[in-house]
Amino acid sequence: MEFIKPDVNINFVGNRKWAFLLSGSLILATLVLLAWRGGPNYGVDFTGGVLIQVRLDQPHSPGEIKNALRPINLQNSIIQRFGEESASEYLIRVTKTDVELTGLSDRVRDALISSFGKGVDIRRVEMVGPKVGKDLREKALFAIFYAILFIAIYISGRFELKWIMSGVMALSLAVVVYLTSSFGMSVTWLIVIALLVTLGLCWALKLKYALGAIIALIHDVTITVGAFALTDREISLAIIAAFLTLVGYSLNDTIIVFDRIRENARRYRRRPFIEVMNESINETLSRTILTSSTTLVAVAALYVFGGGVIHDFAFAMLVGICVGTYSSIFVASPVLLIWERKMADKPGRARGEKNRARVKST
Amino acid sequence: MSKNLGIRAGIVALVVIGALIYLVPSLSRNLPPWWSNVLPKDKIHLGLDLQGGIHLNLEVEAIKAVESNVERVSEELKHDLRKNKIRYLELKSLGKDGIVLKLMRSEDVNSFLDMFRGNYPDFDPGTATYEEGKPVFHVTVLPKARERIMKMAVDQALETIRNRIDQFGVSEPDIRPAEGHRIIIELPGIKDPKRAIALIGKTALLEFKLVDEDHSVEEALKGRIPPGDEILYETSVDQKTGQRSRVPYLLEKRTLLTGEYITDARVEIDSRYNEPYVSLSFDSRGARLFEQITGQNIKKRLAIVLDNKVYSAPVIQDKISGGRAQITGRFSMQDARDLAIVLRAGALPAPVKILEERTVGPSLGKDSIQEGFRSAIIGGVLVVLFMAVYYSLSGIIADIALMLNIVLIMSGLAFFGATLTLPGIAGIILTIGMSVDANVLIFERIREELRLGKTPRASIEGGYGKAFITIVDANVTTLIAALVLFQFGTGPIRGFAVTLSIGIIASMFTAIFVTRVIFDYLFIVKRMKKIRI
Repeated sequence: MEFIKPDVNINFVGNRKWAFLLSGSLILATLVLLAWRGGPNYGVDFTGGVLIQVRLDQPHSPGEIKNALRPINLQNSIIQRFGEESASEYLIRVTKTDVELTGLSDRVRDALISSFGKGVDIRRVEMVGPKVGKDLREKALFAIFYAILFIAIYISGRFELKWIMSGVMALSLAVVVYLTSSFGMSVTWLIVIALLVTLGLCWALKLKYALGAIIALIHDVTITVGAFALTDREISLAIIAAFLTLVGYSLNDTIIVFDRIRENARRYRRRPFIEVMNESINETLSRTILTSSTTLVAVAALYVFGGGVIHDFAFAMLVGICVGTYSSIFVASPVLLIWERKMADKPGRARGEKNRARVKST
Repeated sequence: MSKNLGIRAGIVALVVIGALIYLVPSLSRNLPPWWSNVLPKDKIHLGLDLQGGIHLNLEVEAIKAVESNVERVSEELKHDLRKNKIRYLELKSLGKDGIVLKLMRSEDVNSFLDMFRGNYPDFDPGTATYEEGKPVFHVTVLPKARERIMKMAVDQALETIRNRIDQFGVSEPDIRPAEGHRIIIELPGIKDPKRAIALIGKTALLEFKLVDEDHSVEEALKGRIPPGDEILYETSVDQKTGQRSRVPYLLEKRTLLTGEYITDARVEIDSRYNEPYVSLSFDSRGARLFEQITGQNIKKRLAIVLDNKVYSAPVIQDKISGGRAQITGRFSMQDARDLAIVLRAGALPAPVKILEERTVGPSLGKDSIQEGFRSAIIGGVLVVLFMAVYYSLSGIIADIALMLNIVLIMSGLAFFGATLTLPGIAGIILTIGMSVDANVLIFERIREELRLGKTPRASIEGGYGKAFITIVDANVTTLIAALVLFQFGTGPIRGFAVTLSIGIIASMFTAIFVTRVIFDYLFIVKRMKKIRI
């Protein structure tokens, strides 16, 4: 059985204007949404605070629960329904920072029992003090930073075979981030700066494949963060882990396509690059669609059946895989094309197009 | 690669058998003795999010250990100064900032310095300044000594907490020191987290102090506390009515005896009121001190203070020489038991602060396992079906590889003693989806080769050869992500990184090596003519 016939020839790269439009608007929407909400919705892992997951005998409205918490002065906590409709499980997020952590969950349970009766089950408690919250923020930052670093090194080395160049880039990135971090900027800005520096270095050092891949990655993570902001989900440590996994996975995809492009570019030196690219994408289309489908099926099973705790994680993976596949085809490759075109305008950089022009004129 | 099929098949068989051996302990309840002696017997550990339990991140306020050290030293210094006949006008402890000492005569400076340097190696007397002609010393703790005291406080706290938890009876507790004077504790399967946390966090400093009956408590409460005295409270909850009451006591600050001399603490039941109390036994030195104290203070009241709370203040009827004492109060059986545990294990050298607490109730843990495995099975079945339909026989070969994959991941966890967490199960599901990728890469290449007109065997050869590098490439990036997550992640995320990494490596092995063996077997040994892919 074959979904994708071997002689398929969809003009992916030709339609890149539409793709850019779509991607551009999605990213813009994400940025607007984030700006409007004042940044991503960070969970207790990063902000510190208390999160309590309770299951009650019967469903109650958030207002009722807030009232029940009034005796212990927690009526201003954020109440969210959790999991399935039938479960009557709720998340209580304590927003006050000066709460005595010790014994808090018991006070909450007692308050709820006195309002709702005995059937109160404290399923999960997460109390993160400010010190640990700061630690976890830093850890997440380092994780993201090192991931960017290693991936940048790997792609450059692997694709351009310019390991020295990638070493240079890694070093420069580390230096720049160190300098900016001594100005005491926030986590998010440091990562943004690291990414911009990486992109700039890729451009300057002519690491075109790395450039394409990293732009695709930024695109993927940004849109996934946007999806989270849109659905008002929290970004916890597990979600950061999902993002990093996404990065690895999306890179997978992109590398497969780039591999083929490189192989074909070497083989068909005389053909225009855009043709080579399109053909490569079509050749790998079967594999790309298939792998994404199987992974999506598996992750969808997790999303539907996996239960409330892992729900957000599965959501991140679902969105990420879809966007990741899309970006390998419609974002990473066109970036290469733009680069090649720019390079082709410079003298001495014939890449099929100039050859053709020469041949035609004779 | 069509050579040495026998060797390769042998390798596969070995790996499979090895994997199954590592899995057995997790699957069967009772292992026969001959197994436990030779073969691996570790089950797969379940994370807290699957078992239920507590994760605590405590900080030992080690600086307080330095403070109490300075307090103690200032008392010793008074004693030593008197012994050496060095008169002083003022000696005050400044907590962690040291001690301020004002001598009476400047001639004593040198003898003071000689005595001091000999006896107090952890401190720096500094140079004398002069106030009204009298030498003043600001004695400070040497930085190295301060570090040492703080580190010792953390070590001691660790031991004490470990002691307490041992007595509490938890299976497989995990107690570890961490950077920044912290202790990380994980207690799986705890049914009563509140009790456990109270037990761990209690400083448990037991002190015996005399009640000052010469002065009035009411006057002191108004603010006129006699020098050398302090007010401490006894809080009690009436067991029947649940009413709380706070009774103030005026006590002499001086601690006559502390809990460090306790060798044993037991719960006994008072036959008269049928109420539990805690019976203490002192060591010989403590017994002597206790005898002395009770002998000198007959008819006076001796307050038993735990963590600056008064538990009781009985009247000393007689000199007590047996080295035994009782702590009574309106205890429940559980309170009495916990108090005994804490007294037996000893006091914490410095108070601990809870920085982070994550508790997963057992009901959620159970649900998470069930839901996790259910989704894994559903996802797995769907993928298996899909592969069989899309790639026909070759798809089934890939399915066999997939199932072997899962076996390898689980036994890999058992082998490394790693922990399976809920994100870890998600990692397995991810691997199910992604491991198919390697096979898809190979199969698509094989299809391409077939289209070019090559023979089945040549196509297989070509397919595997060309796809190999791409497979490695693609998986390396996910491995990089997994490694970074392992390095910077905590508990459940580490579990995810581990399962993902094992899964990727296993899937590379099964896709490249195992399926090739199966293909070669079919085409070389069974001499299949056409490849169904």
